Amino acid sequence: MSATATLTRHVVAKVGEIPDKGSKLVKVKGRPIALFHVGGEYFAISNVCPHEGGSLCHGKLIGLIRSSEPGVYERTRPFEMLQCPWHGWEFDIRTGKSYCDPDSIKARSYAVTVKDGAELAEGPFVAETFPVSVEDQYILVEMK
Amino acid sequence: MGHIATTGMIDCDIHPAVPGMKALLPYFDAHWQEVIDARGVDGLDLAYYPPNAPISARPDWRVPGRKPGSTLADMQVQALDPFGISRGILNCLYGGPAMYSADLSAAICRATNAWVAAEWLDKDDRLRASIVISTQNIELAVDEIERWAPDRRFVQILVLGAHEALLGQRHHWPIYKAAEKHGLPIAIHAGSAMRHAPTANGWPSTLYEEHCSFTLTFQSQLLSLIAEGVFTKFPALRVVMLESGIAWLPSFFWRGTKMWRGMRKEIPWVDASPAEIVRERVRFSLQTWDLPQDPTYLDQLLEQIDADDIFLFSTDYPHWRFEGGDPTRGLPKALLSKALRDTPLATYPRLKETT
Amino acid sequence: MSSSTLQAPVRSEDAGIKLVDCDIHPTVRSMKDLHPYLSSRWREHLDSFGQRFRQAFVSSTAFPKATPALARRDAWPEDGSPPGSDLALMQRQHLDANGIDRGMLFPLFPRALDERNIDCAHAVCRAINDWQVAEWIEPEPRLKGTITVMAEDAEGAVAEIERCAKMKGFAQVALVTRPIEPLGRKRYWPIYEAAAHHGFPLGLHNSGNNGHAVTGGGAPSFYFEEHQAVSMSLHAMVTSFIIEGVPERLPDLKIVVVEGGFAWAAPLGWRMDGLFDRFRGEVPHLKMKPSEYLRRNFWWTTQPMEEPEKPEHLRQLLDWMGWDRIVFASDYPHWDSDDPRHAFKIRMSEAERQGIFAGNAQAIYGDLLA
Repeated sequence: MSATATLTRHVVAKVGEIPDKGSKLVKVKGRPIALFHVGGEYFAISNVCPHEGGSLCHGKLIGLIRSSEPGVYERTRPFEMLQCPWHGWEFDIRTGKSYCDPDSIKARSYAVTVKDGAELAEGPFVAETFPVSVEDQYILVEMK
Repeated sequence: MGHIATTGMIDCDIHPAVPGMKALLPYFDAHWQEVIDARGVDGLDLAYYPPNAPISARPDWRVPGRKPGSTLADMQVQALDPFGISRGILNCLYGGPAMYSADLSAAICRATNAWVAAEWLDKDDRLRASIVISTQNIELAVDEIERWAPDRRFVQILVLGAHEALLGQRHHWPIYKAAEKHGLPIAIHAGSAMRHAPTANGWPSTLYEEHCSFTLTFQSQLLSLIAEGVFTKFPALRVVMLESGIAWLPSFFWRGTKMWRGMRKEIPWVDASPAEIVRERVRFSLQTWDLPQDPTYLDQLLEQIDADDIFLFSTDYPHWRFEGGDPTRGLPKALLSKALRDTPLATYPRLKETT
Repeated sequence: MSSSTLQAPVRSEDAGIKLVDCDIHPTVRSMKDLHPYLSSRWREHLDSFGQRFRQAFVSSTAFPKATPALARRDAWPEDGSPPGSDLALMQRQHLDANGIDRGMLFPLFPRALDERNIDCAHAVCRAINDWQVAEWIEPEPRLKGTITVMAEDAEGAVAEIERCAKMKGFAQVALVTRPIEPLGRKRYWPIYEAAAHHGFPLGLHNSGNNGHAVTGGGAPSFYFEEHQAVSMSLHAMVTSFIIEGVPERLPDLKIVVVEGGFAWAAPLGWRMDGLFDRFRGEVPHLKMKPSEYLRRNFWWTTQPMEEPEKPEHLRQLLDWMGWDRIVFASDYPHWDSDDPRHAFKIRMSEAERQGIFAGNAQAIYGDLLA
């Protein structure tokens, strides 16, 4: 059985309902997912911080801060790092990996797509409790 | 333990005592000689080691009429010969670094270094020394480093454990630049210029309390060196903690790493955890005073520290740290295996040189 | 034999109490919330001059914290008032959600413990104490109060302890952990005698600015450093208590060290013991080894949780210090707070868990938790 065969796309939000640099807590198959909007792109990661369970959708989106030299602050990838609302650990919203320990500490990330309402009418998408209209665009999260 | 039998131990912390300003006088220029005489400048023993306090000298090393550790003959008979020390690093603790006048401070440091070279290094091949500097004025400190660095018997730079500003702060960096250039580690020794209360809580009543709490100042200095980016900016620099104890290391590692995970964006040039940085770049002298009596706990502590190449053996002569003829007594074998020779040689490249 | 079997956690006496949180921070929406508890003299004073601390700014501390109001970002009430100021949210988000049976209030803001004007400090401490009773303890009996007192004037502090001892709902006495002199110094002893007399433990949460640099080597640059230095000031505080002889003089005094971590507890005992022989002549008033006072008179809260590189090292720490010495605290609603469900990354026996989450706190506070 191929991996793609088991993936299902779930409609979780309407484009426009999450403001830029905003977030929405959604549930997919009972799992809490934090959905983020940055400059027209959408990202989904598990809402549960792997450290102590902080609710990541309440986190703050900040830039990636690095440095080539003490006293120099280089900010790239604006609003693409998520700072946990509790202890401030940083996660890359594209991968869910933590900054300080990317290989062992990560929040699970999920692929996100945007589709027209008209396409959704054809399926095979799951819009569990979500009313879909053909005029709008929708955000979909992929999950097994 | 019995490690004394393997000859050639390297003692990384020995304290020659300045008998008084009279002994240093020949090493000042005429101006300062006159000032010292005219104003009666003397009595600069540092308050962390009052000469008569039990900790300041082993009873059997006290000789009536002179300060413990103030003559080469005493040091040879009491420590160098009986312990079989092949190399001993002299860390002279005297008041120069604590003076407020930057000029007088630098003059006393300079005389102290000259005295160490002439009265000790010139007279016993086993001895090496640290360049004593004052951080009151950084340019003068760098001058002092440049003055002595060509003398290969000076193997590191010594600063007081506490002064006006935390050591990581960037106005100190010319010192680290000079240290790195000359391959000299920076040693921080317990003791304070008393510019600040000994702890955040103010001035305690007892010397005992100050000695117990000095671990906190060591930790603060390490945090400062890490946070300001000294280890990032000077990748070849090593730092040595003298008389810091080691049992606080696990707590320091974990708290520092946890805070780094949460706040590293405040100090983004710190791209490794404090634990990783310390294990790689910082060394610690042994005579420790903070080891658990229970051998199981000791094993657990060392397992938590998880680094066997960060310890430097020291007798701390003439301070009263141990009894009898074996300075390794009471120190666990696991700590000693590399601390007696290998780690000192790796820390101080100049120790391998013959003069 | 493992030492954990030697140090059996204390059994809970009230089986109904399963989770005690020894550090919860209530706050005011604004200083106006304290007005009902202040005389017009102090209302007007605070309106005009405000509070005065040993710091540069009117209303910020010297080191900006990790987050606004040093709070968890999910703890702000919807109306934008400060985290910790809304009892209903605290109940919903913390007490109910985490099954907290008893919570110890630690009011840090408004800040009165280190106010420079001593009369003003007493007035604000008194107001905070009355406000705790009226606005938190009476409406929510799971919460217990902390008698906050101004330490620099021991006489006034004792009077406030006497006043509050007649009220219901207080479980401990708090004073600033960075006072002008180390807390072991004799000028503060009347406060400890009053606390011990009324059977109140001291709950000592890192707080205050005495104007001394936060390290022996000067002020740091970064919050990364300062936050840790403040924890370390609690190591110095415990050292001061023991070496100055407070627990020798008051063997029944209980001291709970709050929000300073606990990995340092046993090593501090080793260090004090290691130096004891050399300094006995300076402290002839100490009749026991320092670690014995540590083991008898002191407790630590869990938060901010120690996070060893290997989780099992946590068990070693607890073996060293004694499993009966540690009590759970969340620090709700602050940014570095701990969740009782996730904070411990080790497996614990039912007895160990029960001790940390309830039994040990009951041993300290006894009937004061009823």
